[in-house]
Amino acid sequence: MKVTRVMIVAVGGQGNLLAAKVLGEAALLAGIEVRMSEIHGMAQRGGVVESAIVFGGARSSLIADGEADILAGFEPLETLRAVAKCNKNTVVITSTAPLPPFAAAVGKVAYPDFSSVQKQILNVAGSLTAFDAAELAREAGNVMAVNMVILGAMAATRRLPVSEEHIRETIRLKTRQNFVETNLKAFELGLSQKS
Amino acid sequence: MHKLLTDEPGKKMLLLGNEAIARGAIEAGVAITAAYPGTPSSEISLNFFQMSQESDLYFEYSVNEKVSLEVTAAAANTGVRAMCVMKHVGMNVAADALVTLAYVGVRGGLVILVADDPFMFSSQNEQDSRYYAKLAGLPMLEPSSVAEAKEMTRQAFDLSEQLQEPVILRTTTRVNHSTDVVELGPISKAETRGTFSRNPMRYVTIPAVSRQLHVRLLDNLDKAMAVAEQSPFNFSEGSGPGGIICNGVSYNYVADAVQDLNLDGQVKILRLGFTHPLPEQLIKDFLGGCDKVLIVEEGEPVLEEGIKALAQEAKMTMTISGKDQALFSRLYEFDPALVREKIAFYFMGADTTATSSPARPGQAGLPPRPPTLCAGCSHRAAFHAVKKAAEGLDVIYPTDIGCYTLGMLPPLGMADFLICMGSSTGTAAGFSRTLDKKVIAFCGDSTFFHSAMAGLVNAVFNRHNFTLVILDNGTTAMTGHQPNPGVDMEKLGLSGYGRIDIAEVVKALGVPHMAVIEPYKLKKSIATLKEAFAFEGVSVVIARELCALYAKSLKIPAMKPFYVSDRCRNHKDCIDQLGCPAFFIKDGRVAIDPDRCTGCAVCAQVCPENAILPIKIKASPGDKI
Ligand code: SF4
Repeated sequence: MKVTRVMIVAVGGQGNLLAAKVLGEAALLAGIEVRMSEIHGMAQRGGVVESAIVFGGARSSLIADGEADILAGFEPLETLRAVAKCNKNTVVITSTAPLPPFAAAVGKVAYPDFSSVQKQILNVAGSLTAFDAAELAREAGNVMAVNMVILGAMAATRRLPVSEEHIRETIRLKTRQNFVETNLKAFELGLSQKS
Repeated sequence: MHKLLTDEPGKKMLLLGNEAIARGAIEAGVAITAAYPGTPSSEISLNFFQMSQESDLYFEYSVNEKVSLEVTAAAANTGVRAMCVMKHVGMNVAADALVTLAYVGVRGGLVILVADDPFMFSSQNEQDSRYYAKLAGLPMLEPSSVAEAKEMTRQAFDLSEQLQEPVILRTTTRVNHSTDVVELGPISKAETRGTFSRNPMRYVTIPAVSRQLHVRLLDNLDKAMAVAEQSPFNFSEGSGPGGIICNGVSYNYVADAVQDLNLDGQVKILRLGFTHPLPEQLIKDFLGGCDKVLIVEEGEPVLEEGIKALAQEAKMTMTISGKDQALFSRLYEFDPALVREKIAFYFMGADTTATSSPARPGQAGLPPRPPTLCAGCSHRAAFHAVKKAAEGLDVIYPTDIGCYTLGMLPPLGMADFLICMGSSTGTAAGFSRTLDKKVIAFCGDSTFFHSAMAGLVNAVFNRHNFTLVILDNGTTAMTGHQPNPGVDMEKLGLSGYGRIDIAEVVKALGVPHMAVIEPYKLKKSIATLKEAFAFEGVSVVIARELCALYAKSLKIPAMKPFYVSDRCRNHKDCIDQLGCPAFFIKDGRVAIDPDRCTGCAVCAQVCPENAILPIKIKASPGDKI
């Protein structure tokens, strides 16, 4: 089976690990080989959280620079920070809603504007789908559902080896019962994002 | 039921490496487990802790790694199965117990997990703990994958009983924090009661006994080598004149690279999983079929040194390379692309200059996102109070390991020296002997019990001159809010625990000047700290306030959040002095995010205009932001 490498980056607290877990569980459900790794040093103290999901027969659960097939970022600055993982065929998905790091939030350093983020990403990657995932999560009924929106947008790329149906089923089975409905709604909203 | 107690052999589960290791121990029928928390091993102990609340498993958060090893070593010497979990630097703390325990050995299986952290994602060094297996003369296993980690853990108990020695299970962050599909095996029932027959000439390590025990240990090493020679954890694959010898996660990168580079038929791989003692014959046989050999291992050249010595012994002359300017570094961790590039270079002569260290796109000039103390963190309040109280003094701040180490970052800048857990008090003593500065050291509650306490005893005895500020936030916050001996376990709904009051300990140690402050009350705290700083000799100030994140998880009702009223004259003292992440600037004006503010009111006390006020029942939105 062809190896597909998916990188997800976010700010601690945005629920990136759950998004990765849903992809992993969906692969298990679909009988597709999967390996994942995560770096979540001090996530709760506002640091960066990275997850790598590798579908198919590769043994490595790490994604080296230039090797991601999909890069999904929950926050534009973090998406840009991870762009070294991309190559000319990489599909990039990012939320446009900024979560400025403290120094930027208090005006000590500049937060890059989105047009420059976009430009720098497209310098390296193949394509970019950008939208306000926070807004869509709110529309779905839970601001915390950014992860499900992004999952939807990943499914929309048709580059994931797991099907939409497997992802939906996993959301039903593996996310918290009282959030399943909003999670599914958020997933559908993400899915409707054109890539 | 805890998912790792699922008794359905054959069921497939997606597990984190650390979960898989905990499950492996459960399948092996482990009875006694102990740990001092430390990333990247923390989830193993967390899962043991959780499972111990609903099964026969005994787990304790020990006061430090040495104690956790002693607890499990004794249990294993009564014939039950035991496991002890630590991060790499924890092994340094446990090493005294480890080395002589190897002489004594065990009866029940004892597995010592040590998690290394190449690249130091969350550690103060990237030491290679494999040297401990050599130092102590103990068998060591190293998994390459999550599924193998479970299998090795389970079999490590059998191996330990077979050899009557503890087994070191050595992982790296990329095994601990990777996730994989794992097939569950049957759970063995734990034997929880042991026996012990008195035999001082066997168990009491006086010189005359140890001289015998060292002979026993060397015999066991020979036996271990015989097992390693046959171990399925050491295997070779592929064929060809080239050879690669590797361990741990490096094997994954090697296997992928050999496939990607189409080196089938040109390069064969020897994967070592039972890495101490080295299977000498197996390695010599492998070398015998190679004309050149590459050793792929993160960290120090442990395999490389051993293998080169073996080749010399066997009078083999092929090139054996590993750590080398043009090949692999001792620094940091590897990744698949790096390993592929070096293999291509070594076996195919491919030029690597094009790909090695290109400027990483998307990095230059981006605002960094360092971790910060949480909004409302009591450490921030304590640091601010200390800084104010120390104004006008020439100060050095030795610190310690915990969330408060983040106080190093601006705007607080409250850290000048740190080497290891508990070093605050010992280093404070040294500085006070050679500098004409006021020495103010910081340690946390868990760190105090772990080892900083010993330095305080030393300071009282040797009449050193410094102030120790103990940042007692009622939990081990950094690693995920684990209990420590000062924690009120009833708040967690857990009974059967004692509780040690740090103030009582400090008093009992004979510290001549001690005070307790509530750091959110700045004025009083500053006054109390000033007195302590003025005291000649050892003084201790305990800053007592619950960790804000922990308080939230305990569902302690939150205080009212604050807002910046129109009295604000935009001096930004709040931001410049405290750096609390609840603050932001909107349209050039200071503002507070009410969802992040915990209502600690420290900024309100710093503001010279008294412009920061609690939000009344329901403020109008214009008022808040
Ligand atoms: S977890 Fe607790 S101690 Fe650590 S930074 Fe947050 S509030 Fe402070």
